[in-house]
Order: sequence, then C-alpha cells, then structure tokens
Amino acid sequence: MKQSLIAHPDFRVGVREMLTVAPGIAAWGLMTGVAMAKSGMSLAAMLTMATLVFAGSSQLAALPLLAAGAPMWVILATASCVNLRFVVFSAHLRPYVMHQRLWRRLFSGYLFADLSYVLFVRRFPQPATEARGRAAQDAYWLGSGVAAWVTWTGTGLLGIGFAASVPQSWGLAFAGILALLGILYSLLSGPLQATSAAVAAAAAVAAFALPLKLNILVAIAAATAAAMMWPKPRRAAA
Amino acid sequence: MAEATEGRRLNANDLWVLATVVGMTAVTVLTRSLFFLSTTPWRLPGWVQAALQIAPIAALAAVIAPEIVTTQGQLIDSWRDARLFGVAAATAWYVWRRGLLGTIVVGMAVYMPLHIGLGW
Repeated sequence: MKQSLIAHPDFRVGVREMLTVAPGIAAWGLMTGVAMAKSGMSLAAMLTMATLVFAGSSQLAALPLLAAGAPMWVILATASCVNLRFVVFSAHLRPYVMHQRLWRRLFSGYLFADLSYVLFVRRFPQPATEARGRAAQDAYWLGSGVAAWVTWTGTGLLGIGFAASVPQSWGLAFAGILALLGILYSLLSGPLQATSAAVAAAAAVAAFALPLKLNILVAIAAATAAAMMWPKPRRAAA
Repeated sequence: MAEATEGRRLNANDLWVLATVVGMTAVTVLTRSLFFLSTTPWRLPGWVQAALQIAPIAALAAVIAPEIVTTQGQLIDSWRDARLFGVAAATAWYVWRRGLLGTIVVGMAVYMPLHIGLGW
C-alpha cells in the first residue's frame, strides 16, 4: 500500500510543493542544529533529537530547560504546550485520515507540521469521500511530509556538524531564542494574545527563583487564567 | 567548551536527557494525532479550545523572557547587554518585514558584534 502511494502522482506533487518552501525549513533546521550542539547535550541525545522529535519550536524551547536540568515532566509539559497548536490542526485534519488504521494515523500525525498542514488544506479544502480521492490525499500527505522530514533532519545534522567548528563564545545559541521570538510574534494576532504573552513573560521572570523551572508552568497557568478572564466573548478559532 | 559535540562517554544525566528526548518524540506524535485516536467523534469544550489558543503563546513567552533579561537567575541591571540590542533589532525587523529568517539574521547581526567585540 505504501509502495503504491509513493508511485502515485500526488506523492511527487507533495514533494515538489514542499520543496518550494524547503529553504525556510533548511535555514530553520540548520539553526536548530547549531542551537542543539551549543546546548551541552551528549552527541547521542543531539542525534536522537535531530532525527526523531521533528518539532522545531518544542526542540528549541526544551534546550534551555535541558541545560538548566529541569525535571523531565516540566520539559515534556512545556513541549506539549508549545505543540498544542497541532491539537487544533488535528481536529481539522481528522476527516482526512479516519479511513486509515490507527498506527497509520499516528504516522500521519507524526509527519505533518505547520507548513505541510497549510499546504495540504490549501490543495485539499474538502476531505475526499471515495477511494481515489483518498489515495491522492494520502500520497500528497506522505510526499510533503517525507520531503519536510528529510530537509529538516538533514539540515539539523548539518547544523550540529557546523557548530562543532564555531567557538561557544560567539553565542550562536542566541539564534534559537530569536527564532522562538519570531514564532511568538507570528502568533500574536490580537490584543488578547499580546496581553497573554506579556503576562506569561512577566510571570516567568518574577517566578524565576522557583526550583525545577516551575516558573514556566506558573507563567503558562497565569497567562491562560488571565485569558479566560478576558472581557470580550471570543469565538473559538476555525 | 566544545566537548558537547565530541563523542564523550554517556553518563546517567545523558541517559536522562536521552529519555526526555524520546518522551518529546511521543509528545510530537500525541499532540499531532490527538483527534485521530478515537474512532468516535468528540469535541473539546469551548474553554479548552480557548486555552489551546493561548497556551502555546504563554509557553513560548515564558521560555524566552528569562533568557533575555536574566543572568544566572538574576534580573540584569545593566543596559549593556548584547541580548537586549539583538532582541530590539529582531523586533524592529519583524514589525517592518514579518519574516522569521530575517528576524533571526538581523538580531544575530546586532548581537554578535556586541557580544564578541565588546563582551556585552
């Protein structure tokens, strides 16, 4: 079945459309590789992270926490929160994958990220209702996902290799913080979002003395609670 | 300094980090497949959906802010810190052009000379 998906013309379309945005993924992957190498992780942990995790913002967010020796559950909770946007995407993509078996759906979930999600719903605004349409969608999903994974992982490994030849004192790890800052700005779609970010930032700094990096969780709780009290009624995102 | 990228022997802490990284992979799969798991359709309550919109923003802001304005757990008391100028330049670029790559490049272009040249 996989074989036929790879042979399907939409597999190539998925690869090609992903390659048009690949320079962005490549720059991002290179930078994440550098940030990983500068975080003090063991080579084994870096390579595992570069090849398996496949979620740039949660990788970058985890690095300062790993370096500070935060407990595993705090790191995983933070990674989950950064990844919560994907939960929203998964609700949207559900009708496209429910014809697949469970393990295949999990693999489909692993393969999609921000860009592949945007490209996919642009090409397939409606879920297919018959087998031919489903095959096209599955093939496109696989093609764009694999292209993104290869680009991301390849450039991440390149970044790890490149960083070894750059002294720590250059402060390249700061690029990781700037990348997170750019993602954060892109999420600030209105005053509610901006206020929430400000509340979280202030709470994280104010509670910095807490052990175990718990200031991160305190900040998330404070900002979410503040958002719940926001006066205007808001629609859930479509 | 550069020891992180050498193939040094794994210790207990490295194994713990490795386990955390494997856990992060599970987080990737679970968050991206959450609505794919059950075959019976279900919906999240409205307040959970609202929280889902805010939590990623809060988590990012919470990770970033201390990395910019604290040094070893203390709020910085000097404006002579390359990070502040790097963030200011990155922010200005984002407001002007919106590009993620430009935000990183411009921020680093301001940060690195101050950090390496002046030791800020």
